[in-house]
Amino acid sequence: MNNATTLEILVWVVLPYVVLTIFVLGHLWRFRYDRFGWTTRSSQIYESKLLSIGSPLFHYGIIGIFFGHVVGLGIPKSWTEAIGLREEWYHLMAVTIGLAAAAACVGGLLILIYRRRTNSRVFGATTPGDKLMYLVLAATIGFGVLATIAHSALGHYDYREGVSVWFRDFWTFQPNPALMSEAPIFFQLHILSALALFAIWPFTRLVHVFATPLGYLTRPYIVYRSKDEKTSAPRRGWEKIDY
Amino acid sequence: MRVMAQMSMVMNLDKCIGCHTCSVTCKQAWTNRSGTEYIWFNNVETRPGQGYPRGYEDQEKWRGGWELGANGKLKLKAGGRVSKLLRLFSNPKLPSIEDYYEPWTYEYDRLLNSPAQEQIPTAPPKSLLTGERVQISWSGNWDDDLGGTYAHKDKDPMLKGIEDKVKFEFDQTFMFYLPRICEHCLNPTCAASCPSGAIYKRSEDGIVLVDQDGCRGWRMCVSGCPYKKIYFNHRTGKAEKCTFCYPRIEQGEPTVCSETCVGRLRYLGLVLYDADAVTAAASVEDDTALYEAQKDLILDPFDPEVLDAASRAGIPHDWIIAAQKSPIYKLIKEYEVALPLHPEYRTMPMVWYIPPLSPVVDVVRDTGYDAEDAETLFAAIDTLRIPVEYLANLFTAGHVETVERVLYKMAAMRAYMRDINLGNAPREGIANAVGMDGASMEEMFRLLAIAKYDERYVIPPGHRESAHHLEGTVAECPVGEVANMSLPTESMGMPRPARGRTNLLNWDGHGRPDGLFPGRTAASPGGA
Repeated sequence: MNNATTLEILVWVVLPYVVLTIFVLGHLWRFRYDRFGWTTRSSQIYESKLLSIGSPLFHYGIIGIFFGHVVGLGIPKSWTEAIGLREEWYHLMAVTIGLAAAAACVGGLLILIYRRRTNSRVFGATTPGDKLMYLVLAATIGFGVLATIAHSALGHYDYREGVSVWFRDFWTFQPNPALMSEAPIFFQLHILSALALFAIWPFTRLVHVFATPLGYLTRPYIVYRSKDEKTSAPRRGWEKIDY
Repeated sequence: MRVMAQMSMVMNLDKCIGCHTCSVTCKQAWTNRSGTEYIWFNNVETRPGQGYPRGYEDQEKWRGGWELGANGKLKLKAGGRVSKLLRLFSNPKLPSIEDYYEPWTYEYDRLLNSPAQEQIPTAPPKSLLTGERVQISWSGNWDDDLGGTYAHKDKDPMLKGIEDKVKFEFDQTFMFYLPRICEHCLNPTCAASCPSGAIYKRSEDGIVLVDQDGCRGWRMCVSGCPYKKIYFNHRTGKAEKCTFCYPRIEQGEPTVCSETCVGRLRYLGLVLYDADAVTAAASVEDDTALYEAQKDLILDPFDPEVLDAASRAGIPHDWIIAAQKSPIYKLIKEYEVALPLHPEYRTMPMVWYIPPLSPVVDVVRDTGYDAEDAETLFAAIDTLRIPVEYLANLFTAGHVETVERVLYKMAAMRAYMRDINLGNAPREGIANAVGMDGASMEEMFRLLAIAKYDERYVIPPGHRESAHHLEGTVAECPVGEVANMSLPTESMGMPRPARGRTNLLNWDGHGRPDGLFPGRTAASPGGA
């Protein structure tokens, strides 16, 4: 860490923390001041056929990729070795499952971008923010796929001893910029574009990720709301108090 | 027994002349913004016809409403919670803009800026979605007055099975208008379908509303509502629906559609119902029994037991009085002439209709018989299976006898009142034939024919002591905010931002959006 240059520290230490701050505060601000704008802003009503293929492909692909990242970045190599998972097997699994999810995600994204560009109704409803978001999102996914294919599947870079360690150290506030500056170029570009994505995230429609309606699974079907707490229906698990 | 109050509407279809005044005034009041061009909270359909959006009643296609599962329990026809979440990324049953129509405007500036020329300048239509010129081929009431009926008649889902009979006398006899708003159901599927829980039923007056800050645009409500009365604002990405003009109702005023109705065919009032019994009533096995089951939900506001339960439930005294004077209660329960629209959807709709006798009367008159004579009319109702079956498909899940019973009453009232108008002795027998007496017949006539404003609209105002919680009295108007009013931090249970609100998605990118940043001084709230 001693011999890291100023640039390396700026890019791989300062910038990520700045982005994290923007990401968190941005969402808080958006929730407080623009809850009305917190929407998927679906364009399905304009065009349904392509969307019905592209959107599930993309979303399920990217959810798969997200969990792949959780495992790949979050679980240290020593843990998987401790349970006896051999390196080659782990690698094979990660690359095949990862690339399958990436194929769905990229395929879906291409369909969605094609749809957005060629359907004049959908294109008419596309804001400059959407375009920027699509660009950064596509770059992040593209560099990620390139990094996996070029450096991980065909090359010999072990991200679990490089990028993943840097990522975990970032959360324990002991970031090691050398791990990133030694990483192959597509990994570096992937991280940089991801940082850009996280920085614009709270100000784009990507906020809908944090609207995932899991509460639907447990709430009663019909929602009653009252202007007067006394007459509102008793809530599940809450004892009713007469006052 | 859990007594709840429900603000409801009854429309007397015999009086509807299809003038669309309700639709236009509603649109001017509520959906004249961009993104809502195709949205008609109130629309008037010519029946037979496809309705709006096209063929919305075909639930085998749209999967709206509830159905009974194998275990006899109610379930969402389009699938429950898990299947909804799995289909979150593409709703397979969402109507597309083609099922409504592509909204358009005209290039008016070509008229204004036209140079002197030989030909008269034109204003060609252009799409409001793309800005490109379009050929208009459909709209909200394209099949008005049976326009294009021969090309489209097979597309009316309610004509299935009786098409061949209708073809006979289509253009001579059979047409009426059906004005539609949100049904403000007792068991709303839109609310049940909303993954975000943003659609709620107000426990005070039963009005179903969308929390615009809670809606995340998953669109499940649009496909869940069998009446297709939830619309997707394509500009804001939020669901919007008929609000029963709640800011007016809270002030004791009728809805805009009722207020401006030229035929004065709408009635507004409260009914009390037993909320604990709703699920059981909606789960009745036989579709044709749903009308009776729902009618039984509505409680007698004079019954001491009901009154006791109502006051225990916190329903204010003046609301109970209003429920006793309610024209809705009279039409649904006392005279039993109002019927729900599509009870088979099992949502327990609360906008009811008095089916039209006019198609029958028109036929009788055209054949040279006396159209005001009770016997002739009764016989005609029996013979004219076609309109009656069609009406039964709309209002009683196909149960013809119920519709006939209502039409007999209307016919009897006509005949009974004619004697009075002509100065003859009223014939009690006519009233008795339909299970009524002369006095109640005259009362019903008064309510249906000459009831004044405050008899048609019996609306108790919202209560002052909780008035600051009522949305209509709060400066939440989207076009501007009143700075010095004390805004509530809680509204209908949802915490709201105390300061200005911003919609970044609608920001055009120029200057500083209002409400984006906290104001610099106390004198300039909203970051102006």
